[in-house]
Amino acid sequence: MRADTLLELADVDREFDVSRPWLNRLLEGEPRRSLRAVDGVSFSIRRGETLALVGESGCGKSTVARMIVGLYAPSRGRIVFEGADLADPASAPLRRRMQMIFQDPYASLNPRWRVRDIVAEPIVAHGMAPDAHALAARVAELLTQVGLAPEDGGKFPHEFSGGQRQRISIARALSSNPEFLVCDEPTSALDVSVQAQILNLMKDLQQRLGLTYLFISHNLAVVAHVATRVGVMYLGRLVEVADAKDLFERPRHPYTRMLIDAIPDIEMSGRPRTPVAGEVPSPLAPPSGCAFNPRCPHANDRCRAERPASHALPGGRSVACHAVEEDRIPDL
Amino acid sequence: MAEPLLSVRNLRVEFPTRHGTLIAVDDLSFDIAPGEILGVVGESGAGKSLTGMAIIGLLEPPGRIAAGEIRLEGERIDALPAEAMRRIRGKRIGAIFQDPLTSLNPLFTIGEQLVETILTHLDMSERQARDRAIELLAEVGIPAPELRIDNYPHHFSGGMRQRVVIALALCARPRLIVADEPTTALDVSIQAQIIELLRKLARENGAAVMLITHDMGVIAETADRVAVMYAGRLAEIGPVKEVIHAPHHPYTSGLMSSIPKLGEGRETLAQIDGAMPRLTAIPPGCAFNPRCPKRFDRCTAERPSPLPAGTTEAACWLYAR
Repeated sequence: MRADTLLELADVDREFDVSRPWLNRLLEGEPRRSLRAVDGVSFSIRRGETLALVGESGCGKSTVARMIVGLYAPSRGRIVFEGADLADPASAPLRRRMQMIFQDPYASLNPRWRVRDIVAEPIVAHGMAPDAHALAARVAELLTQVGLAPEDGGKFPHEFSGGQRQRISIARALSSNPEFLVCDEPTSALDVSVQAQILNLMKDLQQRLGLTYLFISHNLAVVAHVATRVGVMYLGRLVEVADAKDLFERPRHPYTRMLIDAIPDIEMSGRPRTPVAGEVPSPLAPPSGCAFNPRCPHANDRCRAERPASHALPGGRSVACHAVEEDRIPDL
Repeated sequence: MAEPLLSVRNLRVEFPTRHGTLIAVDDLSFDIAPGEILGVVGESGAGKSLTGMAIIGLLEPPGRIAAGEIRLEGERIDALPAEAMRRIRGKRIGAIFQDPLTSLNPLFTIGEQLVETILTHLDMSERQARDRAIELLAEVGIPAPELRIDNYPHHFSGGMRQRVVIALALCARPRLIVADEPTTALDVSIQAQIIELLRKLARENGAAVMLITHDMGVIAETADRVAVMYAGRLAEIGPVKEVIHAPHHPYTSGLMSSIPKLGEGRETLAQIDGAMPRLTAIPPGCAFNPRCPKRFDRCTAERPSPLPAGTTEAACWLYAR
């Protein structure tokens, strides 16, 4: 493990039980069924960087985020934060050093609470303010930090626009002085001009407070803008991890190439686009071998039979693909 | 320019409420030619979906068209009785909505839904209608349509369902297709397939398409011309290349530079401070003036109409002569 590693996932799985009710199983003789939403995912996040996880809906990126903050327990594997296994009850105090920002600023704020109470809750829960006066001062400071006015604390969430609500979510997340923020699609529900405000705010806060981000998004252009490193997920598996610049300039995994190719071309450069074939298979019945093989132009018998392990490439990149490993896909 | 297929003039959509009348769409005019795709963009609340709803005659009461006219192939359709409008909808105007799951009835097979729609609008036997339905499914790219036609909507994935919705909208070969955020609920890889399909339909059938979306990338790839809306009003309209690369309205320029793009190493994104005004508090003069970096006296006093600005038209006093 590198010295600057803040968080590490080692071979993490998460299964969900999607069996029919007990009586149906008994009468119809059906077995239990489980869905493996996250399948053998390993990566690490370095202090001060932004690691982005991208992928299409159902690829397991949000499940990874929820496991890290402890909303789900992993079925297998270890999540290590600052050298301590988060499954160990003794590491509970570490939890206050990580916070989460959710996608929907309309659903993630309690409509019956005033903004100052929403922002103060984590401070109170962790017993971090000595008295009411200090608490009020801290809440005012947090609201100012995210570009709101201290007087806004007396209002209710419905009095704010979507972008301002996301600022409130960020103020709440920052209130317990975390060093690690898990951001699950933080700008997907916002309009573009507001999205730019929030992305700029997040970058600014990262520099001022030395934050580390795990940034989950399906929007590759946003990811290219914010990420230091990028992990690409497909059907619960991590298929490629690389520095953001390398990944977008020279994608190696065929799925990464397909994703980057599919981004609508706003520059209208007339760059040729490879038509994307097929859709993501059902995670209840993932294909054998490499999960991407039914859609992959480079798939051969080995890809259909044997699941590729992640292997390291120069430049800190890792790719899980037989074709890349065997040099069947030329580097760009 | 050929006779426009759809012509909207000075359209105004109002919502009477207890606290006064809200003007959701105000003095909006544009045309769409046959075979042309007009993109309509704007942030949420800009009035783009309501404009689409007004055109297909599905404004939810108490919303109503308060002024202006809408002409389809020269014929006024904004004041038609509900029954006459119902016959036009589906036959001459097809509609595609954002969420493919709620646009389909879960209790009927897609074949039943397609055949019903075809029989409503076209004079054919049930047998012929079924053949036509299979043909349509093939046209929108559903593999093995003769088998899939007897499936229920839940048997299809999101992208396939959106194809079924498009097939439904195409049943009677409408002249105008109003597509409201057709790709927003879909993943990028599927989105590209649907965009290609819409483009092909406009090209091959000569249908006019009004494509409503907040995604400039989709507009850049699909539309011929684009209309930018702000607070219920038209901010700028023109050929897609000019509006994206050389916008004239300060709002359009702000919007374009706030979009993150691949392959540019900017540290911070350009941002427009503030947010779009609520309908209850639209400022006097130009609606964009409180956020505009180029504001001057006239902007706060007088409302600009679209003025020629290079190859586009922009509702901005900078272009007044």
